[in-house]
Amino acid sequence: MTTVTTTPTERAYEPVIGLEIHVQLRTQTKMFCGCALSFGDEPNTHTCPVCLGHPGTLPVPNAEAIHFALMIGLALECELAPRSIFHRKNYFYPDLPKGYQISQFDVPLSRSGRLGDVRVHRVHLEEDAAKLVHAGASGRIHGAEASVVDFNRGGTPLVEIVTEPDLSSPEQAGEWLRLLRATLKRLGVSDVNMDEGSLRCDANVSIRPAGTATLGTKTELKNMNSFRFLERGIAAEVTRQEQILRGGGEVEQETLHFDPQTGALSSLRSKEESHDYRYFPEPDLVPLAPTQAMLDRARAALPELPAARAERLERELGLPTDTARLLAFRSELGDFYESALGADGATDPATLASWVTVELVARLGDVDPVESPVSPEALAELVRLVSARSVSGSAAKEVLDAMAAGGGRPEAIVAERGLGLAGAGELEAIVDRAIEANPDAVEKVRAGTGKAMGAIVGAIMRETKGRADGGEVQRMVRERLGLG
Amino acid sequence: MSELLDLSTAQAAQSVRAGDLSPAELLSAYREQAEADELGAFLWLPEEPLGVMGTAADAPLAGVPLAVKDIFCVEGVPTTAASRILEGYRPPYTATAVERLAAAGAPMLGKTNMDEFAMGSSNENSAYEPVRNPWSPDRVPGGSSGGSAAAVAGGLAPWSIGTDTGGSIRQPASLCGLVGLKPTYGAVSRYGMIAFASSLDQCGPITRDVTDAALLLRHLVAGGRDPCDSTSVDFPQEIELPSSEDLGGLRVGVVPELSDAATIDAGVKTVFDATLERIEELGGGVEQISLPHSEHGLSAYYVLAPAEASANLSRYDGVRFGLRSGDGDLLSLYERTRADGFGDEVKRRIMLGTYALSSGYYEAYYGRAQRVRTKIAEDFRAAFERVDLVVTPTSPSVAFRLGERTADPMAMYMSDYCTVPMSLAGLPAISIPAGLSEGLPVGFQITGPAFSENRLLAAAHALEQAIGFDSSPARGKAGAPAR
Amino acid sequence: MIDREQVLHVARLARLDLTKAEVERMASELSGVLDHIERIAELDLDDVEPTSHVVTIENVLRADDSRPSLARERALAGAPDATDSGFRVPSPAAAAAADGS
Ligand SMILES: [Mg+2]
Ligand SMILES: [Zn+2]
Repeated sequence: MTTVTTTPTERAYEPVIGLEIHVQLRTQTKMFCGCALSFGDEPNTHTCPVCLGHPGTLPVPNAEAIHFALMIGLALECELAPRSIFHRKNYFYPDLPKGYQISQFDVPLSRSGRLGDVRVHRVHLEEDAAKLVHAGASGRIHGAEASVVDFNRGGTPLVEIVTEPDLSSPEQAGEWLRLLRATLKRLGVSDVNMDEGSLRCDANVSIRPAGTATLGTKTELKNMNSFRFLERGIAAEVTRQEQILRGGGEVEQETLHFDPQTGALSSLRSKEESHDYRYFPEPDLVPLAPTQAMLDRARAALPELPAARAERLERELGLPTDTARLLAFRSELGDFYESALGADGATDPATLASWVTVELVARLGDVDPVESPVSPEALAELVRLVSARSVSGSAAKEVLDAMAAGGGRPEAIVAERGLGLAGAGELEAIVDRAIEANPDAVEKVRAGTGKAMGAIVGAIMRETKGRADGGEVQRMVRERLGLG
Repeated sequence: MSELLDLSTAQAAQSVRAGDLSPAELLSAYREQAEADELGAFLWLPEEPLGVMGTAADAPLAGVPLAVKDIFCVEGVPTTAASRILEGYRPPYTATAVERLAAAGAPMLGKTNMDEFAMGSSNENSAYEPVRNPWSPDRVPGGSSGGSAAAVAGGLAPWSIGTDTGGSIRQPASLCGLVGLKPTYGAVSRYGMIAFASSLDQCGPITRDVTDAALLLRHLVAGGRDPCDSTSVDFPQEIELPSSEDLGGLRVGVVPELSDAATIDAGVKTVFDATLERIEELGGGVEQISLPHSEHGLSAYYVLAPAEASANLSRYDGVRFGLRSGDGDLLSLYERTRADGFGDEVKRRIMLGTYALSSGYYEAYYGRAQRVRTKIAEDFRAAFERVDLVVTPTSPSVAFRLGERTADPMAMYMSDYCTVPMSLAGLPAISIPAGLSEGLPVGFQITGPAFSENRLLAAAHALEQAIGFDSSPARGKAGAPAR
Repeated sequence: MIDREQVLHVARLARLDLTKAEVERMASELSGVLDHIERIAELDLDDVEPTSHVVTIENVLRADDSRPSLARERALAGAPDATDSGFRVPSPAAAAAADGS
């Protein structure tokens, strides 16, 4: 074994990243009271004595939230605890009505799972905090800045998912979070909307000399509310830590806020103020011991999950990896694709997949294809027309434009707009004209310069407005020139 | 009139049902007494007497008015837990216990005084005024349900409900010559009862006799488990009104650790020993058993209860209800509101509980205390293999003088020495008056296994009949049994 | 035993602003109580399970059915300082921000 001496300035570092994700569950009511969940409603219109923390009130857990949490635990291949309990996590903050959050501590609902190539450390249930809205300077509190608390969100059921530090780049973190989001969406347990806060992600970041197994001091990046910010925030923090270490300094354990506008990282809490949460078992709740019936119900509710679907699409249909993952991670696309495939058994799966993931997505953006005028059957028919050479690729794109704008069947649109492939008779005359009009190119083609063929074919395609098959046109030109 | 006030609740209810007495008459008689309260027993009486339901005569509790400890939330009615921090607070909802008793025909007479947030054994920790013992006005009524006990003993209310965390029903009942019952943990809903220590708090009756206690308990548990309280359970049987006159075949265990002369006053011990003799006269067998960990009950209790309290009292932060102080920034809002709003004993317990849970101390205090709790419960389980019931004095002393123990928290905490082990084990326990010492009532505590309330009430009833204690201070002192 | 410094630390955790005199008194009173409590340190509790709940029931749950919430005026009625729509508080300084979840 050789020892290589390097100074900190030239050493290569690798990031070690773990994620902590909070997922708001899509139940009808809050975690511990009967208030309906809401998003965007008038402030403080979804509260009751329980979720306002009035004296004498008691929490009663929502059975559906527990069902969803069990589904998540199973989907992430966790070990489910035979018996878990809730704790109180004590701290004072205006968005926390009781002065403690009911959460799970040393006996969480599930642990030791996996999603893709990242290990899941634990999955637990808790209640969400309320929302603080900045209200500007207050007249009542002399000159001081005031906030207003809205308790509508307070008490929303949350599942917290903590990964092991198995990620090693910002991009990988973003990619894995996309897989998690797709999985949760497929489970139907959450809206997983990062803008609206139903999916929130913190990252624990440290770096270490490349190739070593040591763990450096980690910092915590709070609440990055989009995939882009997550990746940029982690990248910025990795750079910051590298600069500190190369300068001979030490990374401090702290919580950081990433400002996506400026790219700056600022400290939220100093070390001295680190919290002493005084966790202890919540005496108002009894233990949770999932029964066989509860487990059976959760298991039965599990759909095919994105990771498994991607693997199946790749294996059974021979789709390229990226295409298969896109269809699986955006399960609405996958559903559209599989239903189109089923509508017309003659369509080539890979060609159809490319039409869905490239052409259809280009026209729909983030809109769920179910809500577009393009039906799976119609897209399958269009792809079949292309494969059967009844319509050229570029004309088919025009047909799809029309379908995306106003629906309709492809054959009807082709007929109506005269987009069918030009017939042999029509083509012959056009080929002759093109040869006549491009003597220079003809000469070059004859001399063996293959590239010059493009000018002739291009002229033909222009005249047919794309209603010709490129290969067929080339063949005809060569034949005419006696090169066939 | 005075005859009317002498009726036990069960008797008054009987008269109402028989048509000899109207609920309105009964209510106004007590209302008049309560308005003339000189004991500091009531913190609040309605402006207008609360109407008695038209169906009162048919209702099982026949319109007999109830004194309610000010720890129970009642919609729109001032509810303070005797704390400044809740001054002016009017809850938007009503406690299940109050709702059930009102539905059974017992309207609320008023809210009674207590130790602030139920923390205390003398009622001197009320932020409003101390309560006086009807047997001797310079003495404490006990606590924390001191107002409820004083109201019933002083003839201001026919019956009352209180709460017991480590003895807060049984000890004031003992000091005021009344019957006080702490039910099995989980038997009565805690919803709407302002929390002190959630894993220990239970609501129960404070009454003049055992039959009244049984009657109130019956209606507190009759609705079955409360869906608003996850820790409440269905009571396995209906609560019977006791009629037993003897203790034939009953095995009763005496615990040296909880009745030993080092901790129990001589006068109390004398009455206790005499009561053991009565048990034998009634056909019961008395034998010695051991609860080896019970002497550590107080230590465990003074870790666990303050720890839970420290979290339960975090919601008093000046944001959503109650008092607000501070000079404009968030930290001072919290720190000043709580400094101004809480009294000394509450602060002491919040500090103690916060310390016991804080980083580095949890295992040494909270963790160990929970294990002591396990041992105490095991001790009781072992004891109930040998005996049917366990008996102890309720309070180590009779009512002490106002101010006598306020300077020494530990001396005050010793008041709960005999009552805390049952609370830690979640067991039902009843205190009945067994005689006098220095002219003041002495309580006798009977404990059984979880949900053995019917057995407990039957034994208490037989003893009560034999003892013949008069719960009226005026007559009781004059005609005390000679023993 | 608990000293002045510890009392101040715990008072900060509990958000209690104690006067100088209260701090002194608290240190001595709490030390007295802790002396008594610490007798449980002598017990052998090695193989004893902790008891956090005396009730032996499990899985007490609620169906996911909504119940009416309070009208906003009622929710805000008892607040010491409320706007038309919410509970007003001094803004938390950014440096003191805690994690809300
Ligand atoms: Mg969390
Ligand atoms: Zn609510």
